[in-house]
Amino acid sequence: MIEGLAAIYIFMLAGFTGYEIISKVPVILHTPLMSGSNFVHGIVLVGAMVALGIADSTAEQIIGFIAVLLGAGNAVGGYVVTERMLEMFKPSGNKAAAPKGEDA
Amino acid sequence: METLIQASYLIAAALFILGLKQMSSPVTARRGILWAGAGMVLATLATFLTPEILDSPQSTTNIILIIVAIALGGGYAWVSGKKVAMTDMPQMIAMYNGMGGGAAATIAAVELLKASTEASHDVTGATTIADALGADVAILGILGAVIGTISFSGSIIAWAKLDGRLNRSKLLPAQHLVNAVLAIATAGFAIAIYFSADLNTIITFYVLALILGIFITVPVGGADMPVIISLFNALTGLAVGFEGYVLGNAAMIIAGIVVGSAGSLLTQLMAVAMNRSVANVFFAGVGTTESTAGGDGTEGVMKEIQAQDAGILMSFASQVIIIPGYGMAVAQAQHKIWELTQLLTDKGVTVKFAIHPVAGRMPGHMNVLLAEAGVPYDMIYDMEDVNAEFKTTTVALVIGANDVVNPSAKDDASSPLYGMPILNAYESDNVIVIKRGRGAGFSGVENPLFFADNTKMLFGDGQKAASQLIQSVKEL
Repeated sequence: MIEGLAAIYIFMLAGFTGYEIISKVPVILHTPLMSGSNFVHGIVLVGAMVALGIADSTAEQIIGFIAVLLGAGNAVGGYVVTERMLEMFKPSGNKAAAPKGEDA
Repeated sequence: METLIQASYLIAAALFILGLKQMSSPVTARRGILWAGAGMVLATLATFLTPEILDSPQSTTNIILIIVAIALGGGYAWVSGKKVAMTDMPQMIAMYNGMGGGAAATIAAVELLKASTEASHDVTGATTIADALGADVAILGILGAVIGTISFSGSIIAWAKLDGRLNRSKLLPAQHLVNAVLAIATAGFAIAIYFSADLNTIITFYVLALILGIFITVPVGGADMPVIISLFNALTGLAVGFEGYVLGNAAMIIAGIVVGSAGSLLTQLMAVAMNRSVANVFFAGVGTTESTAGGDGTEGVMKEIQAQDAGILMSFASQVIIIPGYGMAVAQAQHKIWELTQLLTDKGVTVKFAIHPVAGRMPGHMNVLLAEAGVPYDMIYDMEDVNAEFKTTTVALVIGANDVVNPSAKDDASSPLYGMPILNAYESDNVIVIKRGRGAGFSGVENPLFFADNTKMLFGDGQKAASQLIQSVKEL
């Protein structure tokens, strides 16, 4: 378990990390990056799975079910739209060759 | 088993951070989302092995429920995400973000419900939520619940507004006063939960937070929506981080807080680009405040130009800068514009695209729309990089953009746009504006650029006008 001071360290370092990542990003990627960060907080799915997994009353199961439903929507939807947007970014010149080659 | 799960979460968190890092450069962006995606799959699979889940008395039922919920929620999101048009991307992101906020809020609800049951049955001697969960877990859990719930209902409203399903900007008279009272009431119930174990208190608290999210978002003007979506994105991240603490889940804490801080900074950058403070976005909207300055600031007449003459002008230009706006995307003219660009480039004209930070519905949205049409990203320039070049530009072609080239933002202190950085299109030798009609822009503010001596208006639907320009350039 992560508690007390250790948790505060994680909160602080994660905060700085997020700040660092975004501070150098070109405007052209703001929308994909917002979408990408939207996908990343889809990790809430994992917490929702635990909440439903340890539910022991019907009420808890219903609420937990909604949590997993919403969390899965966040994760999957966030991934699909981000991937679709980023797929389209390509430099001029070798238009077809470069991005396709990377896929494999 | 526990070690294996923790190791998977650690790797997932690292993949998220590395993935986001790669997403901040166009060259590696594609790989970034694949890495982050791999992290998500790993974390999800590892979670199925959690001992608490496997040892739960209802483990079989619960695991089946988990799989069904993932299939339903994920399936819906997969289909809708594949289907959505690039122009509708902002509201779709709002929708998925709202779901994340809702998930964080419902996780908190399960925890609060458990704690409430425990406290009311007096099994462990605990009589309040704070006793049952411990002070730190209770505080962060309740905070995550407030933030997640507001992000959930607010994002749904943002989605409805951008999707054209909700046009009202006012629900009640004295909306801001009502919101303030509601916010205080929500905070009051949040504190009450901490000191009690009463189920009705918890339910009332959630209902109030839901309404608060709706009431906060409804008055926000359409032009300010990107700031709100970005803010809710950051808030969901924060809520996820807090609920991660409640569950003792390192991956949730790291990913949530990274998104929370990155999203806060992004929100700030957007607000600055639009010359609005985040507080301002909430408490007054451009266009909703009655603007008397907009109507009388414009004099003179608009000068029309025919597509043929515009085509000739551009063909013999040394440099053309194209300024696309959301109107271009609505008219689906980006493919035609790219075709026109290629024709002009073949004739030896230097063509550049100039993007205002808030072009489209959010920063970078226009780049996505141009990329969809096939425009390479190295032809696209940010405002700071291109603004000095307008002085030496033969033609600035404005298509579907309005407020971002409005010179009032520079010289008219009474304009609602005053102080917003703009693209200096007015400095070009010629400005050609493709515009559907003579009305004002998204924010409802008149644009003196359209009446300037060096400006010619090409009236018509964006796609049709672009086709005519292509025709004209081809005929030369």
